[in-house]
Amino acid sequence: MRRRRRSALSTVMDATDISRALTRITHEILERNRDAEGVVILGIPTRGVELAERIAAKMAEVEGTTIKPGALDVTMYRDDLRLKAPRALERTNVPEDIDGRVVVLVDDVLMSGRTIRAALDALSDLGRPKAVQLAVLVDRGHRELPIRADFVGKNLPTSKSEKVRVRLTETDGADDSVSIEGSDA
Amino acid sequence: MKHLLSAGDLSRDEATLILDTAEQLLSVAQRPIKKLPTLRGRTIVNLFFEDSTRTRISFEAAAKRLSADVINFSAKGSSVSKGESLKDTALTLQAMGADAVVIRHHASGAPHRLATSAWTKGAVVNAGDGTHEHPTQALLDAFTMRSHLGDLEGKNVTIVGDVLHSRVARSNALLLDTLGANVTLVAPPTLLPVGVETWPVETSYNLDASLEKADAVMMLRVQRERMNASYFPSAREYSRRYGLDVARMNRLPDHAIVMHPGPMNRGMEIGADVADSDRSVIVEQVTNGVAVRMAVLYLLLGGATEGENA
Repeated sequence: MRRRRRSALSTVMDATDISRALTRITHEILERNRDAEGVVILGIPTRGVELAERIAAKMAEVEGTTIKPGALDVTMYRDDLRLKAPRALERTNVPEDIDGRVVVLVDDVLMSGRTIRAALDALSDLGRPKAVQLAVLVDRGHRELPIRADFVGKNLPTSKSEKVRVRLTETDGADDSVSIEGSDA
Repeated sequence: MKHLLSAGDLSRDEATLILDTAEQLLSVAQRPIKKLPTLRGRTIVNLFFEDSTRTRISFEAAAKRLSADVINFSAKGSSVSKGESLKDTALTLQAMGADAVVIRHHASGAPHRLATSAWTKGAVVNAGDGTHEHPTQALLDAFTMRSHLGDLEGKNVTIVGDVLHSRVARSNALLLDTLGANVTLVAPPTLLPVGVETWPVETSYNLDASLEKADAVMMLRVQRERMNASYFPSAREYSRRYGLDVARMNRLPDHAIVMHPGPMNRGMEIGADVADSDRSVIVEQVTNGVAVRMAVLYLLLGGATEGENA
């Protein structure tokens, strides 16, 4: 019998998996950067911001300090602006001076790497961090630029025709999940 | 949105999008590097047939902060003063590859003519035409009000002075109505335009009557060059009846703000103490002007334009 085409959603991470992945990422960040005080967590809108908030909360819990996460909108730095209609800007809110600090960028899905390239440009206009690290919930491959994540929740090899959909409680009003949608060639 | 010609062309969603975008862009002015790469390689021409230093430098700063190339074209001393027409000027700019033309013209409707002709392919932004409109000024005013008063739905805005010659008043009336605010125009009968009854506003000849309920008061400049004896008896009388002095300001509600599009005639339409008081947001309007113009240029030019892959 022919295998059914995977046109419907197939969930690859549920709320527990996501929570566990974020806890692990948090510990990895703390292990890599001994001094949590010197770390600035910046999420890339929309879902990266929420993930950044969760990671910051977990870090604060472990370290017993307060860590204020921020948001970094990269729209104005994108290289595909001229290909689409202009999009609305998202929130940028950098809570602390990033000069000489370690900035951890947080995003939901890493694919081509172009968003992160834009984020690096945006950061360099804001200051000069000591180092920039990247945490993503899902790395689905298909890189178009030499960019690699430091902390990965789940490696998810996909075909380009598939879509990875991340849902988070606050942003989407649904239970946390990561699912794959689209044809299975 | 291809052009910005009139504040009346904006839907509520479009206006809100511009204001929201400007809010994010405002923070760029506070950064050490006040520049975004967004409009790199685009050319914006400031085509000013009428002098206006502050509007021109505001547009220029906005374009430069978005990394666009800016060409300033002033009619004075150019071939326009030798009799060159708007059409020939526009064709020259088109040949130079202008992506957007920011135009100020003494004739009402000149930006509209430019936008609807085949003379230029770029976006056209009206930076003030005759006594007609000045949409980016209305947007920056709405932005300033919104940042002090919150959502403008149901807010009362009083605009005082020479409505007849004021493109600021007309654009503000249209935009504020779109955003849900109630606008009252206060002016001597001679300085209200014919047809004002078709505007979405209330009118009054008495400033004192509308002070108590005003959330924002916008004083318009008395344009001395346009005034002659037929509009009002004397400067002193105008100032006494329609000027905003401290006594009048004190009758405003505590949260109310005082605005002026500049340049001010201190002591004429606005008292010096009022202009410098902590209710005055006049300097803030200038700062906000750059952010709002950045937002407009970004939304007109930041994405794909006609002829590029959409």
